[in-house]
Amino acid sequence: MDYRELKKRAVAQREAAERSDRPRISIGTGTCGLAAGAADILKTLHDELKKRGIAADIVQVGCIGLCYTEPLIEVVKPGKPSVFYGNLTPGLTAEIVRDYLAGDNPRPDLALGTRGEGEIAGIPRLFDLPVLKPQVRIALRNCGNIDPADINYYIAAGGYEGLNRAFGMSRQAVIDEIKKSGLRGRGGAGFSTGLKWQFCHDAAGDQKYIICNADEGDPGAFMDRAVLEGDPHAVLEGMLIGAYAIGASEGYIYVRAEYPLAIERLKAGLEQMEACGLLGDDILGSGFGFRVHIKEGAGAFVCGEETAMMASIEGNRGMPRSRPPFPAQSGLWGKPTNINNVETWANISAIMARGADWYAGFGTEKSRGTKTFALVGKVNQTGLIEVPMGIKLRDVIYGIGGGIPNDKEFKAVQTGGPSGGCLPASFLDSPVDYESLAAAGSIVGSGGMVVMDEDTCMVDVARYFLNFTQLESCGKCIPCRWGTRQMLDILEDICGGRGRPGDIDLLLELGEAVKNGSLCALGGTAPNPVLTTIRYFREEYEAHIDDKRCPAMACKALTTYYIDADKCIGCGRCASVCPSEAIRGGKRLVHIIDQEKCIKCGSCYDACPAKIQAVTKVSGEPFEVPAEPVPVGGKD
Amino acid sequence: MSMVEAERGGQAVARRDEKDIIARVNRVLERYRGEKAELIPVLQQVQQVFGYLPEEAMSRVAGFTGVPECTVFGVATFYAQFKFAPLGRNVIKVCRGTGCYVKGAPRLLDELEKLLGIKDGETTPDLEYTLETVACFGSCALAPVMVVNDRVYGRVTPDKIKGILGLKDEPVSLPEGL
Repeated sequence: MDYRELKKRAVAQREAAERSDRPRISIGTGTCGLAAGAADILKTLHDELKKRGIAADIVQVGCIGLCYTEPLIEVVKPGKPSVFYGNLTPGLTAEIVRDYLAGDNPRPDLALGTRGEGEIAGIPRLFDLPVLKPQVRIALRNCGNIDPADINYYIAAGGYEGLNRAFGMSRQAVIDEIKKSGLRGRGGAGFSTGLKWQFCHDAAGDQKYIICNADEGDPGAFMDRAVLEGDPHAVLEGMLIGAYAIGASEGYIYVRAEYPLAIERLKAGLEQMEACGLLGDDILGSGFGFRVHIKEGAGAFVCGEETAMMASIEGNRGMPRSRPPFPAQSGLWGKPTNINNVETWANISAIMARGADWYAGFGTEKSRGTKTFALVGKVNQTGLIEVPMGIKLRDVIYGIGGGIPNDKEFKAVQTGGPSGGCLPASFLDSPVDYESLAAAGSIVGSGGMVVMDEDTCMVDVARYFLNFTQLESCGKCIPCRWGTRQMLDILEDICGGRGRPGDIDLLLELGEAVKNGSLCALGGTAPNPVLTTIRYFREEYEAHIDDKRCPAMACKALTTYYIDADKCIGCGRCASVCPSEAIRGGKRLVHIIDQEKCIKCGSCYDACPAKIQAVTKVSGEPFEVPAEPVPVGGKD
Repeated sequence: MSMVEAERGGQAVARRDEKDIIARVNRVLERYRGEKAELIPVLQQVQQVFGYLPEEAMSRVAGFTGVPECTVFGVATFYAQFKFAPLGRNVIKVCRGTGCYVKGAPRLLDELEKLLGIKDGETTPDLEYTLETVACFGSCALAPVMVVNDRVYGRVTPDKIKGILGLKDEPVSLPEGL
C-alpha cells in the first residue's frame, strides 16, 4: 500500500464517523484522567446511555493537558460544535446525558468550552480560555483530539505526511530541513538536532541505530508520558524520518516501566504500522527498511543519560562512560547511534509535514519553536502545556496557570528537575528559553515546572533534590557519589536545626567540586538546586543556621505547635486526633500540647475548627501557655 | 521425629521449592534466545512471575544468558525495579516526585507508616501490605498521588487513606476496552 491509499482509507473512515447521526463522546483516559476517576465516568456513561436507549460512540483519548479539570469529556452532537465538560462526577455525568444527549440543553453551567464551527449561547470557545489562548500545540497537536489506539485517526489528521515528504527528498535534504527549523534537543541539553543527525549520518558504518529516549525520570515532569499515551504515532513517525535521514535500520524505544499505558500504546502502534506497511523491509515502497524494539527501563534515573541508556539496552548496569567517542561515532554495540527524546521526535514529524520555515516562525532567535511543560505544584490550573519559546514566566504561571491557590504569595518556580534551579519572583518577567534560564542558573530541562509558594521552604526543597540525586547517583565518580551525600548531610543538619556557621560556604565549595568532578550530567548538574537556592534565598539558609528558624515553617525540627489559650474553646478535637497522645485537656478546658511527646504531624492544626484556629504554628518565636489545663475564657 | 530427621525433611522441601522455581523460570526462558542483551527483559519477566527475584532464579538466568552470576546480581541490584524478597499481597506506592512533595506527599507516607506499622520499603509480617516510594508517576497535576496495586489515586489527603485501603477488596469493575 502507498501513502495515498493509506490516507484515502483513513479519511474515508473519519468522514463516515462525521456523517454519522450518532453523538460522539471523547473521554480522557490517560494515566492522569484515570487517577482523577475517569473509569467511573466511563462506566456511568455506558450505563446512562444504555438506560436511556441512546446510541452513541465513546472514544477514549489521551490527555488534552487540562489536568486540573480531569475527569474531562467532550460531547459532539451532529451539526454542532463539541462541548467540553470538566471536573465530572458520576452524578454530573448522568445529568449531562439526561439534559444534553437525551434532551437539547447543553448545560452551560457545567460546560468548560466549545470547539469546532458554530457557537452555543453561554459557553465560551475552549481555545479562547486564558489557559489555552497563549498555547501553541505542535508536539501535543493531537493529544486529546484523536483516538491514540487507532492509526487511522493519526493519518486522517495529517499523520505520516512528513514521512511521505521525506521519502521524496534526499537524506541530506531532510537533515538540512531539520537544521533550518532550528530545533534543539527537547530532553534538556538543547543541542541542535540537525547537527546531531549530521554527525551520525557522516559516521562510517553499515549498521546504525536510533534510540528514542522515553526514560522520563525527572520528578515533576510528565510531558513524554502524555505524548506517548495520547499520540504515539507522532513519535514513531519522527523516528522513521530520523532513521531514513541517518541511514539506520533499527531503532529502540527506551521507556520507563512506570508508564504501562504508554508501553501498551507503543506496542499497539507498532503492530498497526506493520499492518500498514510502515515498518519492515520496504516501507511504503521506498526501498527503505526499519524495525523498532521496545526496551522497558528498570528504574534508574541515570539511564536518561545517553551512554548509560545504551549500556542498559546492552544488558549492563546503566553507568555512563566518558565521551568521546560520542554515540554518533561509537554508540550501541559500538555502532553509530543517534538518541533523541520523545518530544524532539514528535516535533520532527510536524516539521517535516509543515516545513522548517513554519516551525522556525515560533519562538526566539536562538530557541526556535515551542516547548511543552508540566505545570504543577502550587498553581491553580495544573496541567500539560505547550508554549512558544520566549514566553514570560509570569504569563505561564499567572496567565495559563491562573496564579497561586488560596491567595498565597508566589515564592519560586523550579525548572529542569534535579538538574535545574529555583528562580525567585524577580525572574517572573524573564523569557523562557535556553539562554535566559541558563543565565539565571537554571535550565529549560525536559520541562518540569514546579511552582512554590510561601509555605515551601527553599532549604527543604534543596534537601529534597539532593536526596533524590544522592539516591540515583550510579556511584562511578567519587565526587558525585560522596559529594552529593555530604551535601545532603549538611542540608539535613540545617533543616534539623543543627546547622553551623560556615555551612553555606562549605555547600558552595562542595557544589563546585561535584560539578567539576563528575563524568555525566547527573553529577554535573546535581548541585544546581542547592546553588540557586543559596544564590536567591540565602536569607532562608541564614535563618535556619543562625536563628534556628524556618521562615516557611516547613522544617519539622524548627517548628513548634502550641494552643493559644485565648482562642481555645475546649472542644477536644485536637486531642482526639493526636496520634501520640501529646494533648492534655478536658471539656471546656484549655488544651495543652506536651512538647516532649509532640511529633509535629500537624493533625491538631488541621482538626482545630477553621473559625477558632487556636492551634498555632511558630518557628523561632516564643509563646506562652498555661502550665495546667484551665477553664476556657478564664483569663477574662 | 529427631532433629536430624527434621533437618533432612527441611532440605527436601527446599529442594522441591528449588525445582519448582527452576521449572517456572524455564517457562519464561522459552521465549528468549539466551543473549546477553536479554538479561534485563528476562529478569523483568521472572520478577513478573514471582513478584521478586529468588536467588535460584537468578542463578538459572545466569546460566541461560551466559553472564556470570555476580554480574547478574550486579545488574539486578543496580535497578530500583528489582526486589529480592517477596512482596505483600497489596503493594502501596507513594510518589515522592517534586509536585507531590510540595503538595504534601511526606504526610501521606507518615500516615501510611503509622497505619501499617512499617517503614518505606518494608512489608507487613502477614505479607498483606508492602509500602514503597516511587520517584515519579508522571501524574503530577493530580498531586499528591499514591498507587495501590496499579490503581492510581490522585489528590490524596491523609484522611482519605483508610478509605482507599478499605476499598482494596472490592473488585474494580472497568467497562470494556479499559
